[in-house]
Amino acid sequence: MDRELILAVAGLGCRYADAARDALCDVSLEVRAGEFHAVLGPNGSGKTTLVRAGLGLIRPSAGRAEVLGRPATGWSRRELARVVGVVPQREDNLFPQRVRETVLLGRYPHLSLFGDVRATDRAAVERALVACDAADLADRWLWTLSGGEYQRVRLARALAQEPKLLVLDEPTTSLDVRHEMQLFELTRALVDAQGLAALVITHHVNLAARFADQVLLLSEGRAVARGAPGNVLTAETVQNVFAWPMAITSFDGRPQMIPLRTKETNP
Amino acid sequence: MRYALLGLAVIATLGAAVLLGPANVPLRDLLGSPIFWQLRLPRAVLAFLVGGALGASGVGLQALVRNPLADPFLLGLSGGAGLGAVVAIALALPGPWALPLAAFAGAVGAMALVYRLGLVGGAQLDPRVLLLGGVAVGAFAAAVTTAIVSLAEATELRNAFLWLWGGFSGASWTTVLVIAVYAPLPLVVLAAAARPLDLLALGEEPAQYLGADVRRLKQVVYLAASLLTAAAVAVAGVIGFVGLIVPHVCRLVWGRLHRTLLPTAFLAGGILLVASDTLARTVVAPRELPVGIVTALVGVPLFAVLLRRWTVS
Repeated sequence: MDRELILAVAGLGCRYADAARDALCDVSLEVRAGEFHAVLGPNGSGKTTLVRAGLGLIRPSAGRAEVLGRPATGWSRRELARVVGVVPQREDNLFPQRVRETVLLGRYPHLSLFGDVRATDRAAVERALVACDAADLADRWLWTLSGGEYQRVRLARALAQEPKLLVLDEPTTSLDVRHEMQLFELTRALVDAQGLAALVITHHVNLAARFADQVLLLSEGRAVARGAPGNVLTAETVQNVFAWPMAITSFDGRPQMIPLRTKETNP
Repeated sequence: MRYALLGLAVIATLGAAVLLGPANVPLRDLLGSPIFWQLRLPRAVLAFLVGGALGASGVGLQALVRNPLADPFLLGLSGGAGLGAVVAIALALPGPWALPLAAFAGAVGAMALVYRLGLVGGAQLDPRVLLLGGVAVGAFAAAVTTAIVSLAEATELRNAFLWLWGGFSGASWTTVLVIAVYAPLPLVVLAAAARPLDLLALGEEPAQYLGADVRRLKQVVYLAASLLTAAAVAVAGVIGFVGLIVPHVCRLVWGRLHRTLLPTAFLAGGILLVASDTLARTVVAPRELPVGIVTALVGVPLFAVLLRRWTVS
């Protein structure tokens, strides 16, 4: 039962230059192989900062962030990209590109400086495409994809990195229910079947509650609660964090959050 | 197939460049002619190397500032080089290398200044500030240049301006050698950055998550591309459009991956400049047009045709 500890964050604090308060303050998190973690919280609560500092893009002002026991800032970007695959919230598409080329970018951390793409790299790309149900998209141009297809392709690119940890930053923000469910099911399946760890940042409290093993609830840069969804997502906690009256019900043994209408709070 | 065409075009333009000229050298005498060995061949080779340097430098800078309008000269280099050259002429610095060295020093000075400006926001080069800083430094250098020009003797400054507008009339094997020794290092540096530059097109943060050391990448690419351009200005003056148009043409024909883009842009830049120089010295022979005018006249319509084909398909 001792699963490999992949990302360990302890007492992490961060402050951006000129900011009035810490973007992150005393946040701890442990992500092990085969676990699905969700990070929840309102806008500006520090979710993306947690990923940046956890993966060494910014230097924390307090605490530590380690990947496989080594400080995140001590990794070269290339080495780290072989262990952690990230689907960032936003990225640019300056030039037209096909799906297979896009997924091949996930192999770059594995390629030598002047070396060619090898058969193993092509195989990894095809495996990632199949795993993300995107094999039949491989020859399409990126700009012809729907929002759901595009996110599956970006997930495939992260998978092609052959990481131990997948980080998805608000992967379903612009997706409809079907594509949103598909993406969560896909991520859960990867965690269960391949023993990957997943860290998913999302606004969807109810999906997080149903798919995640552990949730971390952030508010104004601080960890309000951390643990199994049933322990974290209590009515009192979520209405404080989201500053709106809430009711919690249960579905399939998992808590589900229902925002209340104003008239329902004062019956 | 498209690569074979590129190879053929290299041979064809270099062939035309050594065959054509105001002096009529019969084909059978060509290999015994000093016009071939001492004038046309070094000139063609130099034009090819300079064009290649500008093409590759343009690819690097467009990827770096992530702006398709970027040009090796947009970053203040031409202004700095012009100032250096005009100062050398105004001070009447002696020797055949005074002018190119002064232009080189001016370009490198402008580069250093723009680089420093690019760092104002913090420890990382900010591409947007780099662009703005380049325009500002270029404008400032141009103002100082004009001030010197307006105070100086007219005849000597006509030379400075003609020289600045670009040309290969001063080409010799020595200049070829200087570029041939100098250019490989920055070119190899750019080639080594090819894959990270692909990643940078996604944005700085996504590129880092895919393994690119973006901070170092930006420094290295900026320095390599600028030093290539500075050398090109020093030996051939300011030749516009090559570094802007060649990367676009190559992207349209060979795709946007830098591992093919950099070498094809080098070859295509060389082709464009050799062809332009051949035109520049033959169409109004025995006089010569500044080659920068020809690159614009040849390059812009070519670009328009390709752009149309691309957007239609």
